[in-house]
Amino acid sequence: MTEAVQSAHDTSFVVKRTRLRKILDNKTLWRGIAAIILFILFWEVCSQSKVWFGIQVPWIGKIPPPSEVVVNWAEIVQHPGYWESWYLSFFRVFFGFMIAQVVGIPFGLALAVNKYFRDIFFPPFEVLRPIPPLAWVPASIIFWPTTELSIAFVTFLGAFFTIVINVLGGARTIDIQYLRAAQSMGATQWDLFRKIILPGTLPSIFTGAAVGMGITWEVVLAAEMISGGGQQSGGGLGFFIWSSYMGGSMAQVIVGMISIGIAGYVSSSLIRYVGFLSMPWRRLF
Amino acid sequence: MARKQTSTKSKASSGGKPNGTTVADKTSGKSGLELSNVCKGYGDEWAREEVLIDLSLSILPGELTAVVGPSGCGKSALVNLIAGFELPDSGEILIDGSPVTGPGKDRLVVFQESALVPWQTAYQNVVFGPKLRRDMSPAQIKEEADKLFETVGLVEFKDKYPLQLSGGMQRRAELARAMINQPKLMIMDEPFRGLDAMSRELMQEFFLRLFEKNRRTNLFVTSEIEEAIFLADRLVVLSNKPAHVRKVIDIKLERPRDFHMLSSTQAYEYKREAMEILHEEALKGFKSTDSQSDFVEAFSTQND
Ligand SMILES: Nc1ncnc2c1ncn2[C@@H]1O[C@H](COP(=O)(O)OP(=O)(O)OP(=O)(O)O)[C@@H](O)[C@H]1O
Ligand SMILES: [Mg+2]
Repeated sequence: MTEAVQSAHDTSFVVKRTRLRKILDNKTLWRGIAAIILFILFWEVCSQSKVWFGIQVPWIGKIPPPSEVVVNWAEIVQHPGYWESWYLSFFRVFFGFMIAQVVGIPFGLALAVNKYFRDIFFPPFEVLRPIPPLAWVPASIIFWPTTELSIAFVTFLGAFFTIVINVLGGARTIDIQYLRAAQSMGATQWDLFRKIILPGTLPSIFTGAAVGMGITWEVVLAAEMISGGGQQSGGGLGFFIWSSYMGGSMAQVIVGMISIGIAGYVSSSLIRYVGFLSMPWRRLF
Repeated sequence: MARKQTSTKSKASSGGKPNGTTVADKTSGKSGLELSNVCKGYGDEWAREEVLIDLSLSILPGELTAVVGPSGCGKSALVNLIAGFELPDSGEILIDGSPVTGPGKDRLVVFQESALVPWQTAYQNVVFGPKLRRDMSPAQIKEEADKLFETVGLVEFKDKYPLQLSGGMQRRAELARAMINQPKLMIMDEPFRGLDAMSRELMQEFFLRLFEKNRRTNLFVTSEIEEAIFLADRLVVLSNKPAHVRKVIDIKLERPRDFHMLSSTQAYEYKREAMEILHEEALKGFKSTDSQSDFVEAFSTQND
């Protein structure tokens, strides 16, 4: 008995060890790290010595070197305002994004399964869809009482259309054989929806979420730049970049840009991870 | 819920089979099927294409009726009509005297292409039907499923997803899924297509044993004549598209069947007869698709 427990312990230890080994052996990971280090080195060299063989280094020569950015960053992280910007942008993104999910997924599914619903709502949807989210900003400011709500609305729109289109497309391409097979085994409409259409659409729901998340970030930052901070609503990362630019601190602009890059990467990793967890049949290989 | 129960009850009583021996048997019965002058076409106007024309056929309760026909003649279309996924343009399809108006759980289809849902494991796929209908207790479902997994030799693969199974394993899982539902009419559209010769033979034998034990009405579409003769009570030979019944051959090989019966003169005679018709039909098929030469011919006569 104790022996068995002992051996179970051992195997779990071995599993952990091998997993670590796997990560360390992962060539993709090392390549990625090497690429980032090389890029930073290249950037540093280029912006330190602006003239090579008598030729001005374009673009990258004009921006501050990474060392300066890091120094700047180290200073900025001590200001609570920087973290507040993070928080504000994240909050806006997730707020708009979640509402877009909550409204968009049922809407897309309803479009997919009900012909009448589709006949009525699809045409107006298709007319509104091509309008870029930022074109909604003026209307949205008039429409909603506070700037915060206007930003949330524009954010919502950015994700909503992508999510709906993905859900609709995903649900419509489910193999009819699955539905027929289930039907001939006695499935009701509700069973079909729950057991076939919903899980069959899940991959598209996550694709829509990943793309929608990217759009939401774009929209939030642009909206923050337009609406500006300082007044009743706070800055956010978009406004952080804008005010740094106005203040003439290029290094700070780059800090803002990289912050957004990291924020976007974290958000999409999160979605990928949730997708990975909820679709076990897709992680077979 | 209440409606579900009554419908199950009515089916059990209409089956005509006296009290089943096992509990799982209680909803089973044997359906007879009658098709008269069924026509079906696809497309509109100039793209219109007739697929079935005046197809009449009766399938007797408790018999295995095999359908063979040239490729593309409309066998799968026929399956879709009987299953109720599509409705005939004209003609009538009666199951136990009542017309088919849509899919029903008294008929079960095993499709030509695998239709195991990828997001369920093999086991979840197999128990899908009984779980939905709740016409078996959970313990019963598990027992039946375990038995079936053993018979199809997939016990170790129960918890794998379909994409992790080979094509042949998927077919076997699908067969298990069909069996557990014990339909009154089983419709199988080339269920063994894509299996290698060895596993195909094993599946045929396995399927034959199951059929001979329960004798549930079965419509078995296949492109292999030997397979059809080996399994069937009656062999229906379809014409080229638009399809109608060219010939019905009664296969009088005794049961239980055995592979060596296929080398008997009787079996040989059946095969020759069916092959002759199929060959004829296949030739017709090649001629009728040769519309290009018709066009050239018409064109040249016009220019004369
Ligand atoms: N939904 C559909 N719409 C239009 N045409 C169809 C449809 N279903 C079948 N057909 C046509 O009907 C004809 C018969 O198709 P079917 O799939 O029934 O053939 P089959 O006998 O099962 O062939 P195979 O042996 O290759 O499986 C084909 O010419 C096909 O193009
Ligand atoms: Mg077919």
